[in-house]
Amino acid sequence: MLEIPVVRWGKPYESLETKEVVHFNTNEPIAKVHSANGGLVTRDMRSASKARNALRQFSCDQLIEMVGKAADFFENETLPMGNGTQSPDDFVHQQSASTGLPQHMCLNNMKKNSFVMRNMREILDCLTRGLDLNILTRGYGKEDRGVVVSFQAQTPVLGAVLPSNSPGVHTLWLPAIPLQVGLVLKPGSSEPWTAYRVAAAYEAAGIPKEVISLYPGGHDVGASLLSACPRSMIFGSQKTVDQYAGNPGVQVHGPGFSKIFLGDDCVDDWEQYIDVMAESVFINGGRSCINCSAIYASRHTEEISKALAERLGPVEALPPEDDNAGLAAFTVPGMGQAVWDMVKGDLAKDGVTDCTAEYGDRVVELEKASYIRPVIARAASPDCEIAAKEFMFPFATVVECPQDKMIKKAGPTLVGTAITNDMAFIDQLTDATNIDRLNIGPIPTNRLNWLQPHEGNIIDFLFRSRAYQMPVEKMATMV
Amino acid sequence: MTTVNSSLEQAIADAKSRLDQHTVEIVHRHFHESTGCPFWLEKKKELKFDPLTEVKCYDDLKKFPAFEDEWLRGGPVERWIMKDYQDKPTYVFETGGTTGIPKSRVVVNDFRDDYEIFSDTLPDEYFPKGGNWLMLGPSGPRRLRLAVEHLAQHRGGISFCIDLDPRWVVKLIKKGWMDHLQEYKKHCIDQAITVLTANHNIKCMFATPKLIESLCEGLEERDMTFADTGITGIFSGGTEFTPQWTRFCVEELFGGPPEQSGVFMTPTYGNTLMGLACSKPVTAEESYKISYYAPQPRAVTEVVTFDDYNQSVGYGETGRVKLTTLTPEFFVPGFMERDEGELEMPFDKFPWDGVSGVRPFHEIASATTVGVY
Repeated sequence: MLEIPVVRWGKPYESLETKEVVHFNTNEPIAKVHSANGGLVTRDMRSASKARNALRQFSCDQLIEMVGKAADFFENETLPMGNGTQSPDDFVHQQSASTGLPQHMCLNNMKKNSFVMRNMREILDCLTRGLDLNILTRGYGKEDRGVVVSFQAQTPVLGAVLPSNSPGVHTLWLPAIPLQVGLVLKPGSSEPWTAYRVAAAYEAAGIPKEVISLYPGGHDVGASLLSACPRSMIFGSQKTVDQYAGNPGVQVHGPGFSKIFLGDDCVDDWEQYIDVMAESVFINGGRSCINCSAIYASRHTEEISKALAERLGPVEALPPEDDNAGLAAFTVPGMGQAVWDMVKGDLAKDGVTDCTAEYGDRVVELEKASYIRPVIARAASPDCEIAAKEFMFPFATVVECPQDKMIKKAGPTLVGTAITNDMAFIDQLTDATNIDRLNIGPIPTNRLNWLQPHEGNIIDFLFRSRAYQMPVEKMATMV
Repeated sequence: MTTVNSSLEQAIADAKSRLDQHTVEIVHRHFHESTGCPFWLEKKKELKFDPLTEVKCYDDLKKFPAFEDEWLRGGPVERWIMKDYQDKPTYVFETGGTTGIPKSRVVVNDFRDDYEIFSDTLPDEYFPKGGNWLMLGPSGPRRLRLAVEHLAQHRGGISFCIDLDPRWVVKLIKKGWMDHLQEYKKHCIDQAITVLTANHNIKCMFATPKLIESLCEGLEERDMTFADTGITGIFSGGTEFTPQWTRFCVEELFGGPPEQSGVFMTPTYGNTLMGLACSKPVTAEESYKISYYAPQPRAVTEVVTFDDYNQSVGYGETGRVKLTTLTPEFFVPGFMERDEGELEMPFDKFPWDGVSGVRPFHEIASATTVGVY
């Protein structure tokens, strides 16, 4: 069986504790992954500065070139994986088998990761708003307009506690290496694949292996990583978001509560936008924070919810190898039913209509796993609790709400798609601080333009812009 | 399966015989009107057998219903004091108690007796007689704090302590106040390092695994190593001991096995109800496997099947840890611990069954906050 060690600054470390990664439905073992302990992480972080020093032996430009090459290795080549190797096909099969995601979604996520690696120069150009990356290397420099600027790295490494159920998020930490910041990753317990494969691809492309550490393990490993890395990111539930709120060293990625707002000027033409709405709710198994969980409209909510239910309600749970599979499995036994019980509680409340009720049972139980088929609800008011809910399957509430109340009632929104041409409304949306990414026009919430900074811009997270003064004559000598 | 030689076989038989005899004596003491405590004398009326005549060996303890730890909550604690101990100075120790009424155990001599027996298992080379101790563990109404102090005194040393309130630590974890938790841990380690750097000639220490790790981190932050403290012997306790953690501790925090680093650590397993189970020496050759052996005949650990707590598992098999305490002042027949593990073979030093791989019982593990300090 494939055996995957802990990796401490590029060196494999065999732990006395291992955990099997198993097939989501048969429990058949796929790999044995070694488990770190929290103290190991804390201890290794004492030498974290070596990672940044090693990366600073290369320019950002050189690292970007290498990451571009890594994209090809990642997407097309057979790479080392623990005591064995892994082809691109193996990667897709293994990730699907351990996470319950359909294989075609795993392939898409793989391509998304390699796209980001391949287009790193453009992405960093956008994330930095065109900053000369040598300024990040040196810590200071002169912009084209002749002004001295300084960006001070806040950490030698970026830590990340990665999820098991959403392989699409890995694009967020990929830019660290070309920014000369090392990586300290705790892979998800059932998805070690991406982190290890990226590390192998980076090494194959010439990036020093001692700049990356991989610590699979339990909760103590995650806690130690977050505590020991000056900057780290974690992916989790609202509870995780609340726990780390106000901690400048931890960037939390939780539920997105992404939404579509139909302006009063466009809502009568709602049928034109039903494809946008359906895609936003359904794509990627409804698992992403960028999937739409609520559609706000001042009228026609009954027709909109009925049309969405007609489109998504009949969707069946198909095997992960089926190219038409649109749902991802819940891999924890009993979880599908438990989630559905929560949804049912919300659907039973006053002012809420279960629009997919007529399309059969929602929970599909397998031997060890389960699926929940899409659910569309209609809420008579944004005050219905279900209007603020998000679940890990295709789920959305069509919320009846006057346009002038939409922004306030919407609450935190990672992606807001506003279908409107009303300039006053657009101005209000632009000013709304509760909306992170804003799409004006019929753009599905899931369609991210990688040349736009994601929420929590990694440059702002890893570097601090500060004053940096020097005599005019010294400044004149700067290149 | 490992086989036993004839001398070990004899030692096992002798130990079994001692346990049977001890059981009869202890049960007689706890259920006789002239010596027994009010609790057991009252309980006797509910039993369908006469403990004074129908307990003839250790196995007969199965006749008792399962011991319920709820019986230990609340007062009057005097119901647990043996009739012939009523005039003796008495301690009360508590366990749990973050919320609600804690479990209490009254003690007259047990903690001293238990730790004097434990003292005989400590190697003098690493736990020098006359050396002073640091008690890096819970303070307050805990048996451990006084027990370690007695251990130090029994070995001719003085025990230095810190303030550590584990109930506050549990609250911090439950509230999710992790920053506060870190600060409180730092506060405890600061106290420890202050003691260790104040010329108190401390050679020995009790610490939980988490605090050993935090102490080493705190020392490194001050550009010190564990060796700089002068401590050579550590007795440690807590169910969070795993082979991987022990290896990490020995190899990376201490700098190698005792013969190389000069630091010896012995894991222990115990609680306020039982006393202290010692471990078989933990070595790299045995992949840092940790096997505990109760101080028989004063306490017995068994590993029983998950569906029948009177049925032992086979050697190497997994089950729930069952605890029996048989001291002149405390009788606990068959208390189901919140731990599980594997049954271990007897060996020459401890010719009775042990338990290894101790970890939180899987059915309640997710609801339990363990290893908080």
